[in-house]
Amino acid sequence: MASYQCLVGRRRHEFGDLRTLLAKASPRRSGDQLAGIAAQSDEERVAARCCLADVPLQTLLEQPLVPYEDDEVTRLIVDSHDQFAFAPLRGLTVGGGFREWLLSYDTDVRQLAQAARGITPEMAAAVAKLMRNQDLILVARKCQVVSRFRNTLGLPGRLAIRLLPNHPTDDPQGIAATIVDGLLMGAGDAVIGINPATDSVDRVIDLVRMLDEVRTRFEIPTQSCVLAHVTSTLQAIERGAPVDLVFQSIDGTEVVNRSFGVSIKLLEEAQDAARSLKRGGDQVMYFETGQGSALSANVHHGIDQQPCEARAYAVARHLDPFLVNTVVGFIGPEYLYDSKQIIRAGLEDHFCGKLLGLPMGCDVCYTNHAEADQDDMDTLMTLLGVAGCNYFMGVPGADDIMLNYQSTSFHDALYIRQVLGLRPAPEFEAWLERMGIARDNRLREPERLHPLLRGYLLAGG
Amino acid sequence: MDDAPDTPIPGAAWLALKARTAARIALGRSGGSLPTRPLLDFQLAHARARDAVHAPFDSGSLALQAAQSDVPVTCVQSRATDRTTYLQRPDLGRRLDSPSRERLAALHAQPADVAFVIADGLSTRAAERHALPVVALASTVLASWGWTMAPLIIATQSRVALGDEIGALLNAGLVAMLIGERPGLSADDSLGIYLTHAPSIGRTDTERNCISNIRPGGLTYAEAAHKLLYLLREARAGGLTGVALKDDSDRVMRLVGPDA
Repeated sequence: MASYQCLVGRRRHEFGDLRTLLAKASPRRSGDQLAGIAAQSDEERVAARCCLADVPLQTLLEQPLVPYEDDEVTRLIVDSHDQFAFAPLRGLTVGGGFREWLLSYDTDVRQLAQAARGITPEMAAAVAKLMRNQDLILVARKCQVVSRFRNTLGLPGRLAIRLLPNHPTDDPQGIAATIVDGLLMGAGDAVIGINPATDSVDRVIDLVRMLDEVRTRFEIPTQSCVLAHVTSTLQAIERGAPVDLVFQSIDGTEVVNRSFGVSIKLLEEAQDAARSLKRGGDQVMYFETGQGSALSANVHHGIDQQPCEARAYAVARHLDPFLVNTVVGFIGPEYLYDSKQIIRAGLEDHFCGKLLGLPMGCDVCYTNHAEADQDDMDTLMTLLGVAGCNYFMGVPGADDIMLNYQSTSFHDALYIRQVLGLRPAPEFEAWLERMGIARDNRLREPERLHPLLRGYLLAGG
Repeated sequence: MDDAPDTPIPGAAWLALKARTAARIALGRSGGSLPTRPLLDFQLAHARARDAVHAPFDSGSLALQAAQSDVPVTCVQSRATDRTTYLQRPDLGRRLDSPSRERLAALHAQPADVAFVIADGLSTRAAERHALPVVALASTVLASWGWTMAPLIIATQSRVALGDEIGALLNAGLVAMLIGERPGLSADDSLGIYLTHAPSIGRTDTERNCISNIRPGGLTYAEAAHKLLYLLREARAGGLTGVALKDDSDRVMRLVGPDA
């Protein structure tokens, strides 16, 4: 394998292979330092970027980061690469050509959509390393990815919210109380999605039924999901549960996916099973990802966090998902140390996902041992709002009492919709108006007991 | 929607809603934004959680308390020299620094059935408040069973796997790591116990058993000690810990009395 060299001042920097070059070109990140693959100095980091700028996209295509023979994700990336879509990019280098093509006035939403299937995760990851935060925002904003199930997400001027009614013991009354609160705050158009405390099939079925009951009773144009392991959801479907979306956490290498208990074939089976229920559109999958999962599973192949993450998007893309989001600050400070690293990673992930054609959302979040707080979440949420992120999380008071981390709240959603003039998904917005919850993108002051609240109380809440 | 009699401002209904979950619901709003009171409530909870992570570990006071009960005790330190390093380098928190290794080696420890390690982990408060009472409850029962115990170890800047190296140096058949868990907004002093059979460097998490959420409002000291004793007994009998050892402690009679 050829090595990569570059002369910076009087010093020649040499990088043994592509994965080393990519790792050294990445912004300082605790997880890459922990893996021992980060640049040793700031100069080395920039030298790697100078070198990376001259690498042809074709090289990234020809030299997979994980060998083709060893990894089904690599095989998926290579075998599904669209040469026709790649044609306009074929002669470009990462820096001089590709980055500048992306930023060009002439490259618009249509061209980006046409190129998406010609862009591999490695290309997206590589160019992201040469982009400032504003570049990541500008290009992501130009991309538009619309997805449909019972409603439509990703339209221009729209921002959806996933309502998370998590409860530490999956108590149905506690979950219902949070759903009512969230709906009355205008959240829930992306999905009403519970992370179950216990991943048993019986529990999953109970929760799926309960969510479906609430949705049909109030005729809410949205979809539900219980974020259990895909095998549990498959069994729930077999046992007749009304499953809308199938959830799974995924990563960008076969080995890590195996440690998650999944394979591409298993995900395909789940997709078929959920589609066969014909409960909404054909986009039935919901994926979550996050930088650092490979290293935390102890198998990073010498690849830095960010391309691993982008490779997960290839898996997602293959399954035509309704929702994909990076859970950017969940993993902890050994992977993303502080708000600077979390914010940068969130922008990179959103950019890479959108560039590859995914309906990207983001769980803007952090843990208590990371150097971050709610002000930093405001910053990242605002930046991603500007970048055209499809959806955020709506956690009551931003405090997830089941998973013990902090995300964004129903109030945060109202803030971002207000300052950027973003509206909920059109079908859901019409429902909010019909129910007297909102008018002209503002919540109304309730004059009497709202039917949702009354319904909850009558149900024995 | 069916029509029901109008109710005035539905404050009582919101209270009923709020009573059903510890989630931060029914917070009210100013425009669309968070009112001042819940804003500050959140900041206080977050501040406490942060303080719990960063508060210096008072291993000296803990050692003194233990010594007052005539428990032999030794303090050790991981290779993570400060909190910032500790948070970014879990690998360093899993290994003893050289002076600590020498100190433990110099003990020339006789083989013991079990070693207890009190470890700061991610919540120094949890380790300071809850670890000694659990160790005391468990030790009394173990002594009555005729078990031998290694000197009590107090470990600073520690990860769970630090117990593997400590246990090996102490010739312990089992090591129980009592370690501060990652603080949440609702609980900043939750203690966990990780039990590992035949401790040695390189053990994996699937080879351990965990008891979690030991704190006021969570698992009581007596409940935790009961589970720990159950697992210790079964681990020694079966010669293993980990996924193959199930916590069926709920099915047996209580092995310790209630909290004093």
